[in-house]
Amino acid sequence: MRVLQCEIVTAERRVYAGEVREVIAPTTTGQVTILPRHVPLLCSLLPGEVRLVRPDGDEILLAIGGGFMEVRGDRVVILADTAERADEIDVERARKARERAEELLRQKISDVEFARAEAALRRAMARLRVAERAKVRRRRPTPTSGGGMPEE
Amino acid sequence: MATLREIRRRIRSVRNIAKVTRAMEMVAAAKMRRAQSRTLATRPYAEKAWQVLVHLALQRTATEAMHPLLASHPGECIGLVVVTSNKGLCGGYNHNIINLACEFIEHAPMPVELITVGRVGRRAMMRAGYHIRAVFEDIPDLPGLMDITGITREITEDFLSGHFGEVYVVYTRFVNTMVQIPEVARLLPLRALERSRSAVEAIQRAAETPTLLEYVYEPSPEAILNALVPRFLEMQVYQIMLEASASEHSARMVAMRNATDSAGELIDALTLTYNRARQEAITKEMVDIAGGAEALAKMRGRR
Repeated sequence: MRVLQCEIVTAERRVYAGEVREVIAPTTTGQVTILPRHVPLLCSLLPGEVRLVRPDGDEILLAIGGGFMEVRGDRVVILADTAERADEIDVERARKARERAEELLRQKISDVEFARAEAALRRAMARLRVAERAKVRRRRPTPTSGGGMPEE
Repeated sequence: MATLREIRRRIRSVRNIAKVTRAMEMVAAAKMRRAQSRTLATRPYAEKAWQVLVHLALQRTATEAMHPLLASHPGECIGLVVVTSNKGLCGGYNHNIINLACEFIEHAPMPVELITVGRVGRRAMMRAGYHIRAVFEDIPDLPGLMDITGITREITEDFLSGHFGEVYVVYTRFVNTMVQIPEVARLLPLRALERSRSAVEAIQRAAETPTLLEYVYEPSPEAILNALVPRFLEMQVYQIMLEASASEHSARMVAMRNATDSAGELIDALTLTYNRARQEAITKEMVDIAGGAEALAKMRGRR
C-alpha cells in the first residue's frame, strides 16, 4: 500500500514523524483529507485538530494552533505554530485560556485585541476538542477510523 | 604576620567560595546543553520554512515587493536590539556585547534607538545615556517561543510604521563551549530571501525541476507569504535568543571554572603559609623549652 511520509514540526520541536495513510487538516478554505498521490499543495491551516491515520488504522489526534501544510510527492509537512498530541494537552490550562479569551471578547476592545483574543479562543477550543475526543475514543473498546465521527 | 587562626579562617572561606563556584559551573553547563539542544530542535522547522519561502520566491521575480518586511524603506532611525544577560558572573560576555553596541551606535549614519534584552544591557545603556525605546527583562534563562513574541512585535510594529528604517541585533553567536563571538546582524528588512534567491537559481539550474512550480496554493501565494514572513522573523529572533543563552551559560561556565581553579591555587598557597607558620611556632616553642632547660641545668650544676 502506498503511504504518506508525514512530519509535523513546530519552531520548538518535531512533534511527529512517520508513515500515515491519510492526513485530515483544517485549512483556511475548509477541512481537507490528504491521501497518497495528492497534487502538490501549499496551504495555510487554522487552529484546530489534525488527524493522522496510520497504516495499521490507528489514529493520532493533534491540536494545532494554525500554521502551514506542504504536500509534495508523498510527503506531508505541517509547519505548526503550536502542536500537541492529545495526551500532551493540559486540559485545565486550555479551559482557563478559553474562559479568559471569552471574557476578553465580551469586553469592548480594539480590533487588534479582538483578533488576538479570538485566535486565543480558537486555539483553546481546538485543544479541548482534541482532548475530549481522545478521551471518548479511549473508552470505546475498538477504535475504528472515522467511524461515527461527525465531520465538521 | 597573620596568626594561625586567621589563616585557617581564610582557607575555610576560600574553600566555601570554591564550592559555590563549582556548583554554578555545573548549573551553567546543564543550562548550556539545554539551550544547545533547543537550538538544534528549531532546525527542522527553519529548514522547512526556508524551503517554502524558496518555492514562493520562485513564483515572483521582485521579491522586495512581496512583503513589507522584506522591503527596505527610509526611516527616522535605526533600531538595535542588544541581547545581554540578566545576571552577571559570566566573564566578558556582557562587556563584549556592550562595547560592540556602543561602537555600532558611534558609527551609525542615523540616530540609533535601543531595544534592550537583559538587565545588564539596560543598565549599561542607560548609564551611557543612549536612547532606549523598549526594555525586556523577563526573558527566562531558556526562552520558549512565547517568551520572545514581545520583542518581535515591538520591532515589527516600529519597522512597519516607518519609525525604524532598519533593525539590527547585537548578540553573542555560539560557536562552541570555548568560543563565542559577539556580532551584529540585520533583522529587518529580512535577509532570508536575498540568500534564497541565489539558492533558487542554483536549484533551477542544477535540477531543472519544473515540478517545483506546480503547487496548488490555498488560499493564494500572497496569503501564505503574508503569514509566513512574520513567522520567519520570529524564528530568527528565537534562534538568536537561544544562541545568546547558550553563549551566556558557556561563558559563565568557563568563568566559574576559572574561579574554582584560582580558589584551589589560593587554598594551596594559604595552606603552605599556614604550615610554615605552624612550623615556625613549634620551632620557637622548642627553642624556648630547650633554652629554659639548659638554663635550669646550669643553675643546678652551679649549686
